[in-house]
Amino acid sequence: MSTTNEEIHKFLEEAIAENEVMLFMKGTPDAPRCGFSMRTSGALTALGVRYAAMDILPDPRIREELSAISDWPTIPQLFVQGKLVGGCDIVMEMYETGELAELLGVDQPEDVEPEPPSVRPAAPMQLENRLEG
Amino acid sequence: MANLSKTVPTTDDLKQRIEQALPGADVQVEDLNGGGDHFRAEVVSDRFDGLSRIEQHKLVYDVFGNEIGGAIHALSLKTSTPGGNQ
Repeated sequence: MSTTNEEIHKFLEEAIAENEVMLFMKGTPDAPRCGFSMRTSGALTALGVRYAAMDILPDPRIREELSAISDWPTIPQLFVQGKLVGGCDIVMEMYETGELAELLGVDQPEDVEPEPPSVRPAAPMQLENRLEG
Repeated sequence: MANLSKTVPTTDDLKQRIEQALPGADVQVEDLNGGGDHFRAEVVSDRFDGLSRIEQHKLVYDVFGNEIGGAIHALSLKTSTPGGNQ
C-alpha cells in the first residue's frame, strides 16, 4: 500500500470540489453495505439526480481523512457544491420536507415514503461490516 | 456480563451527557437494537436557535467525540428548538 494519507486527503478534496453532488458511503448505491448509506443513496436515486458516490470501506484512511476535511464523524456524508449537507438523518429529513429537491434543483416526487429495505442478496461479509453495520 | 454492562453505554448515560452539555435541553434517547451501539436521540434545545441542522447535530456529536464510530457505532439525531426548527 503505497498511497499516502496526503494523497488520499487531496483526492477527497478534489472529489468534493469536482462533483456537484458527491456522496461518501459504505458500499455503493447498487450494493450498499449499511442501512444509513442505503437510505441516503436511495433518496438521491429517488430524486433522479446524477451523483458521484465513493465507497469509503476499502481503506480506513479514507474515512479518517474525510472526517478531517468535513469535521463530521459519521458515514454517509453528502456534499453539494462543495459543501457538507449532512449525514443520513439530515438528508432524509430534507428529502421528506422537499428541501433536498429544492437544493438540488429537481421536482419533489409525489411519494416520498422511505423505501423499504431492499431484499438484495447479502454482500460477502467482512469483519468491518459486521462491526459497523 | 458484568463487564459488558460496564463498557456498553446506556440510553441514560447518553441522555445525561447531552443534558449536561446542553443545559435545559429536552432529551429522549432510545437504543435502536438493544445492543448498546445504535442509538437515536431527539434533542430539543434553545441552544440550537439560529443554527443550521449541521451545526445543531455537531453540537450533539461533539459531546461524544471519538466515541461516535467507536463505542457508539451509530447515533441517529433529530434536533429542534422549543419553538420548532428554522
